[in-house]
Amino acid sequence: MSDTNKVAVKLTINGQTYEKEVKPNRLLVDFIRYDVGLTGTKEGCSVGVCGACTVLVDGKMVSSCLTLTPMANGTDITTIEGIAKADGELLPIQQAFIDQGGFQCGICTPGQVTAAKALLDFNSKPNEQEIKEWMMGNLCRCTGYYGIIRAIKAASGQEVEPIPGASD
Amino acid sequence: MRGFEFHAPSTLKEVHNLLAQHGENAKLIAGGTGLVLMMKQQLVVPDHVISLANVAELSGIASENGSLRIGALTTHRTLEMSDVALQGASLLHDTYKHVATIRIREVATVGGALTHADPAQDSPPALLALGASVKLANGKGERTVDLADFFEDYYTTVTEPDEVLTEVIVPKQSASAGAAFLKFLPRTADDYATVCVAAVLDVDASGKCQSVGIALGAAGPTPIRATDAEAVLQGQQVTPEAIREAAETVRAAVDPTADIRGSKEYKTDMSVVFTRRALEQAFANARS
Repeated sequence: MSDTNKVAVKLTINGQTYEKEVKPNRLLVDFIRYDVGLTGTKEGCSVGVCGACTVLVDGKMVSSCLTLTPMANGTDITTIEGIAKADGELLPIQQAFIDQGGFQCGICTPGQVTAAKALLDFNSKPNEQEIKEWMMGNLCRCTGYYGIIRAIKAASGQEVEPIPGASD
Repeated sequence: MRGFEFHAPSTLKEVHNLLAQHGENAKLIAGGTGLVLMMKQQLVVPDHVISLANVAELSGIASENGSLRIGALTTHRTLEMSDVALQGASLLHDTYKHVATIRIREVATVGGALTHADPAQDSPPALLALGASVKLANGKGERTVDLADFFEDYYTTVTEPDEVLTEVIVPKQSASAGAAFLKFLPRTADDYATVCVAAVLDVDASGKCQSVGIALGAAGPTPIRATDAEAVLQGQQVTPEAIREAAETVRAAVDPTADIRGSKEYKTDMSVVFTRRALEQAFANARS
């Protein structure tokens, strides 16, 4: 089978429509990063485990590293670049990641924030267990999980423990 | 990943036509969480990939005549969240919510998981314990296959190259039955099981077993229905001793492969232990 056959895809990313011809084996994560140029979405494990490549496809969390681009034809995709409001104002969940130290090295953060947004869209006030169950598909190799959980709680108007070691 | 031709039919009839044409050289793709991984590793190198995503007639959960009929394209997440499924067979809810992570469950499909036939998956034991069957269709007709006869070997099922798994039919769990799905996860919560066990147990007022279904995953080249264990309990008084005796029979039924999750001997022992615990829990749930 030749590698040259291409298929036409039309999909919307962060409100903008893209019509392109792609090889069927073009992974969605590569399409987003290299064909469209939105490099906020990261590729970590490449096997659907780490969650760094999480994007929202028609509002649902998807591993873009396991999605063939033609499978996303016709869908409406949100990446980390499309989470903030159009004027650049951060969503409460983004601000909460900053305020609560919800990241360390940052490589997992686009996936974490995207997953957290999907959680709050689904459940506006998740308890700690619900947060852990939802977010367990997004790994942080720095193990900064407490900050992430705090950020989601804070963004949903819940009381949070003070950041350990932070002075007032 | 090697190149291929991509097809996106919108009706089952078109799928049948494409399979009739490309059959042996084609793979069907639904959520893709299993197949794309195998294609990346070139364990599967199809010339044609046929997406079922637009075949709307393959989705949905219906309750009728004592059975649940689950369209093959129904996602794990949809099944996990379905009240119809929960009321028809609580074991399905208890099982599907343990598969991988929510992100995977949002796209991985009920039918796709079965045809993928990785023996370490969670859903086949639950479906086996409930006595499920699957519908396989080609352009000429369809057949119903008992799930116990469906799996042949690692990643191998009786599905012919021109067939599509269209539906899973699950007899409803008796309202008086207790069920349990136990997944032994010594590493991480999103891992494949070291072993997993599903059990459904119905007892009468005196504690006598009216019906029982027991099945294991990650314990051999295919999911395993523990028929010897079921035979020990069927029609008998359910006691701790009887449960131990039933669980002990799975030692001869399993054939696990050593891997990072444990040796063959360890997994065999854990198969016995977790069968016992699943039966104890199912029994407690039946009595409560």
